[in-house]
Amino acid sequence: MIRKSPRLAAVDGAAVVKEALRRIEQPARRRFLQGSLTLGGLSLLSGCAIVDEDSVERALMSVSRFNDKVQGWLFDPRQLAPTYPESMITRPFPFNAYYGEDEIRQVDADSYRLEVTGMVADRHAWTLAELQALPQTDQVTRHICVEGWSAIGKWGGVTFSDFLSRVGADTSAKYVGFKCADDYYTSIDMPTALHPQTLLTLSYDGQPLPPRYGFPMKLRMPTKLGYKNPKHIQAIFVTNTYPGGYWEDQGYNWFGGS
Amino acid sequence: MTNDTQAIHPLWLRATHWLNALAVLILAMSGWRIFNASPFFDFRFAKEITLGGWLGGAIQWHFAAMWLLAANGLVYLLCNGGSGRLWVRFFPLSPRAIFADLRAAFRGHLSHADPRQYNAAQRAAYLFVTVDAVLLVLSGLVLWKSVQFPLLRELLGGYETARRVHFFAMTALIAFVVVHLAMVALVPRTLLTMIRGR
Repeated sequence: MIRKSPRLAAVDGAAVVKEALRRIEQPARRRFLQGSLTLGGLSLLSGCAIVDEDSVERALMSVSRFNDKVQGWLFDPRQLAPTYPESMITRPFPFNAYYGEDEIRQVDADSYRLEVTGMVADRHAWTLAELQALPQTDQVTRHICVEGWSAIGKWGGVTFSDFLSRVGADTSAKYVGFKCADDYYTSIDMPTALHPQTLLTLSYDGQPLPPRYGFPMKLRMPTKLGYKNPKHIQAIFVTNTYPGGYWEDQGYNWFGGS
Repeated sequence: MTNDTQAIHPLWLRATHWLNALAVLILAMSGWRIFNASPFFDFRFAKEITLGGWLGGAIQWHFAAMWLLAANGLVYLLCNGGSGRLWVRFFPLSPRAIFADLRAAFRGHLSHADPRQYNAAQRAAYLFVTVDAVLLVLSGLVLWKSVQFPLLRELLGGYETARRVHFFAMTALIAFVVVHLAMVALVPRTLLTMIRGR
């Protein structure tokens, strides 16, 4: 069974995300304040008359927003991430999530439905069989984690730009948001969504995507860091309202491109 | 202006020196925290000397101070090259002169009588750290945007090699800072010169 959290049951994506953002704001803020100024940070700032943690946090956040803009400007929609021979695939490919391997979600294939909402013409929910019936492609690319490590893997599935045109998505919208069965959520910019290597991933290394890599479906983008690649996706929505993300709301850079 | 032309270190040099020192301090401490998230050597930097608290905080510091380092470094290079100071202060420079001055320095015979003149060891060290900083910026660009800078990425041997290049360039920079601070401690007058120009 898919564990549906209450906020996933709602239909209006933007309102749901707004509520999620409101809820997350306070804990995120606390965590940032606890974390951002260490002994080193304080000693660094001790030259100032007033150590105003709040304004330091705001300044760093606004630089991060500026870095989003710079990355959007640097992003070349035709620039492909390097691809590798299958012999270079990292085995075993590392598991990574905001929880441990013992908490990997088990999603039931038969009852699985992919919701597609927001600025799209066709809002019907997709079964796994319907997704598998779409034209498939695969790629061997490097996954780069925000922690610094990287690993090469082989992902297969549906080119996301094909899927978006199939559902009649308004590609002039700013964002595509994702909500996942493991309560993860994130969002990406439209140019990256339309990048030729952005893949609605259904398989890993020729096999159906295993639960540890996000069964039944994840979004794979070799042009973005790992935390921008959501697993166990249940809902996709196209919107002009900034949807944020699980890590992004805590301070990771939103664009997260490589 | 008169003050500036008489100064041993012009105002732009002192300003860029101290802004660079601030940028390097922030970048090194936050960079160590980022290294700790996934170390490729069998050690971690002590939490007390890192900046940012958690990985996300460290990255925010790192990706803010990188602009200061790059912009300030660009101003330094333009002023240094444009004013002709680079050629006057750093050249001529020969391996033989560097070797001779290093040997004199280790014997305690190297004099700092005229602070307007850099000895060959100083010239080599300052030029080295300038090139090292450029390497840090370039390898950092590959780590930040490896897909968007394919030529730079391949020149540095790919993403994973660029990580090592970035790390060793940092190590070289820290080694320079240690020697630099030791020299300032031995000749404290140079600290005053870097603050007030004379």
